[in-house]
Amino acid sequence: MIVITVNGTEQKLQVDPSTPLLWVLREQLALTGTKFGCGMAQCGACTVHVNGTAIRSCVTPVSAVSGQKITTIEGLAPSNNELHPLQQAWIEEQVPQCGYCQSGQLMSAAALLAKNPSPSDADIDDAMAGNICRCGMYSRIRKAIKSAAGVQQFDPALVDFVQEVTNG
Amino acid sequence: MGKWTRRGFISAGVIAGGGLIVGVAIRPGNRASELSKHVTGEGETLLHTWVKLDSNNVVTAIVPHSEMGQGVGTALAQMLADELDADWSLVKFEEAPAISEFANYPMGKAMLLAGVDMPDFVVPTVDGVLIRTAQALDLQITGGSLSVRTTGAYGMRVAGAAVKEMLRIAAAQAWQVPVGQVVARDSQMIHEATGRSEPYSSFTAAAAEMTPPASPTLKTPDEFKIMGQHVQRHDLPSKVDGTATFALDVRVPNMLYATVKRAPTFGGGVDNIDDTLTRAIKGVVDVVRLPPAEFSALVGGFSSAESVAVVAEGYWQAKKGMDALNIQWRATENDAVSSDTIFAQFDRDISAAVDRQPDVSEGDLAASMANAAQVIEADYRVPFLAHTCMEPLNATAVVKDGFCEIWLGCQSPLSFRQAVADSLGFEVENVTLNNCFMGGGFGRKSRADYAIQAAQLAAKVGRPVQLIWSREEDVQQDFYRPAVQSRFRAALDEAGNLTAWENTYAGKMEPIEAPLIAYAVAAKEIGHVASPTHVPLGAWRSVDHSQHGFFTESFIDEVAVAAGQDPYEYRATRLKHLPRQLAVLRKAATEAQWDVPLAPGRGRGIALQECFGSIVAEVVEVTVKDGNLSVDRVVAVIDAGYAISPDGMKAQIESGIIYGLSAALYGEITIKDGAVAESNFHDYPSVRMSKAPVIETHIINSGETMGGAGEPGTPPIAPALANAIFNATGNRIRQLPIKNSTLNV
Repeated sequence: MIVITVNGTEQKLQVDPSTPLLWVLREQLALTGTKFGCGMAQCGACTVHVNGTAIRSCVTPVSAVSGQKITTIEGLAPSNNELHPLQQAWIEEQVPQCGYCQSGQLMSAAALLAKNPSPSDADIDDAMAGNICRCGMYSRIRKAIKSAAGVQQFDPALVDFVQEVTNG
Repeated sequence: MGKWTRRGFISAGVIAGGGLIVGVAIRPGNRASELSKHVTGEGETLLHTWVKLDSNNVVTAIVPHSEMGQGVGTALAQMLADELDADWSLVKFEEAPAISEFANYPMGKAMLLAGVDMPDFVVPTVDGVLIRTAQALDLQITGGSLSVRTTGAYGMRVAGAAVKEMLRIAAAQAWQVPVGQVVARDSQMIHEATGRSEPYSSFTAAAAEMTPPASPTLKTPDEFKIMGQHVQRHDLPSKVDGTATFALDVRVPNMLYATVKRAPTFGGGVDNIDDTLTRAIKGVVDVVRLPPAEFSALVGGFSSAESVAVVAEGYWQAKKGMDALNIQWRATENDAVSSDTIFAQFDRDISAAVDRQPDVSEGDLAASMANAAQVIEADYRVPFLAHTCMEPLNATAVVKDGFCEIWLGCQSPLSFRQAVADSLGFEVENVTLNNCFMGGGFGRKSRADYAIQAAQLAAKVGRPVQLIWSREEDVQQDFYRPAVQSRFRAALDEAGNLTAWENTYAGKMEPIEAPLIAYAVAAKEIGHVASPTHVPLGAWRSVDHSQHGFFTESFIDEVAVAAGQDPYEYRATRLKHLPRQLAVLRKAATEAQWDVPLAPGRGRGIALQECFGSIVAEVVEVTVKDGNLSVDRVVAVIDAGYAISPDGMKAQIESGIIYGLSAALYGEITIKDGAVAESNFHDYPSVRMSKAPVIETHIINSGETMGGAGEPGTPPIAPALANAIFNATGNRIRQLPIKNSTLNV
């Protein structure tokens, strides 16, 4: 049995421990917002947070995140009737076209802003280097990250984790 | 009606469409009820194929096109809503269900009869024939950058205007006032004199009894309120919170997962399979051989080889099972074919010029060549390309009791439905197709091979199956953008004027005009030779324009350089007979500050291409330092007649540029031992954030016939980039991708 916390809810899993987290999220937990794109950490469509850090769930065995706090696109917004500043900026800048890569783009951007509230262009290039958008909406993504960067925000999972570490 | 004018064309489309599509919901005794059951909910009245008005006064545009990222639903809804004078906040859209009554009649008409002049009395007959033709062709397709300029222009706008007209008449009758005094505004009918005002929905029942007007009056651009405005796309909120349902996200009770592998050498098959290790994996349900598939259709026909599928409780088990399979593939006659042998064949066939087919033959080429002060020659090549849509191919199928229901994302729902029915031996009426959001299409999702596989698997295992292709399968079993070689010869006189243009290339698909040039020249001979290979081919964003735009716009640059003239001025001088093209080219040069010199190591290139009814020019700025290329800036100008959704058009141009830039810089599918050598994004890369240039898009609303936006941004980027590299370094790029060239200043 593997136990993980996803978007604040503890999940007990009976699953082949080598199964990548991506397929556990999509098939066992019905969280289909995280996407399959390449299966080898090349495209970033499967990006989620583990303790606030962006990782590629398609190559991360679920056993490797046992006991960890995971945030997916479904858990990015602070509440049901409020969007994360990045999600808001994504709509304002009309970022998505097909939209398939955008969950991963948003999770990479959110991890960046949580650690670096005012990223430079080079910081954005670095943080977003693992995410491909075949519709090519990079200039809009960059603009949206910059516009959201002005807005105060936090990643709930990261805050929880920091508090836990701080409290021992 | 008199002459068959454009306006008449549209209105006749309504009369005729009324015969089956437009009028059906309104005229008594026709197929209203049959359509209604597919698109109307409780309390709604179907007024028109493309319009639904419900009791809450909400207008729904029923869109016969698929959403693959281009925002088509929003643009088409804008066209409908503006003509209808609807309150934009009360407008929704939905995709038409995949049934033949929604065959894309206006698109069929525009494709088959564009510009045809004919007498009135023939119209009903032609329209009747056309509707059947449209159904036979299964023209519910999304491609050719056609949606806005056909369905929008000939369908949505007419529909909106016709419905408004009927509602006005209904309101006038209800209020016992002259129709001329009833004004439609923001989804309300208003009679100013008596101060009456009621929502459109009050009059739907009465309007549904009427015959639609033959020629509803369309707005002129100065009357547009919603067209031409920036509106937010309807589909985006669901695409930022993970709730948008792509085909991969479909969940059906008791569903299994599968993955598939086809013979690596195209046309191959299975010799022998040892599945012992696979069947020992926990969760693996079955190993299934799927026969070769073939589907004949004017749109989206194909054939594909035998494949093997592993069906399991989850995708991971299916993938592990696939990796554990020991398959011996049958030897084929193509096992020794490589990219080198293919290009050697192209080279040989171009030189031999056996059965060379002319595309254009004008003037006396031999005389111009003989009298030339200078003749220049060059050979260009581009490789095969895969589409690599972000969402790997997938489909979910249920087959039970002689019925099939299938969920997928595709560009041609009606032909997919037919292909699935044929493969199961079912009547097409017994197949229900649900078209989901597509995670990219780019032409790949017009071939139903993956739909057939899913349906056959569901039939074989007797449970619902979601088939998911691996990225490797997606890269190695595509229908590829053709590799092409193109040979040029140009003659220049003493003054550097272009006097002859000769071009022969191997491999032709469509559209026929792709290799033609706009520039004035006394003599030109453009033609092609057939040089077939075993590699399966398909449409790739902008189809043949992506190759020929690179060839012709690079070679005209070579001609300008040979003439010792500025490449922009040289083009402009030869476009005086085409004012639209000239205006687009001029604006691109102006916006890009063409005349401002750049620092050493930097360069600027320009290119122009007309395709799918739109004209696009792009200027690229690059920096080349220590052999490293940086694409700094792209200025694009598009004249698509009129931009219904300007921000949507800009997004499409940005997208087309990045798609074409990935191909120009890195894109290369290599054939080795008869099969594709590349397999995933590590060896078939895309442009990423750090390599994406700044893009500035400018729109010219010339008022000419509308063109497309989805594809025309792609062709000019490769030649403009190659020309910029030449300008910066003196290196002439004649083969793509550029990653294979060494750049020395």
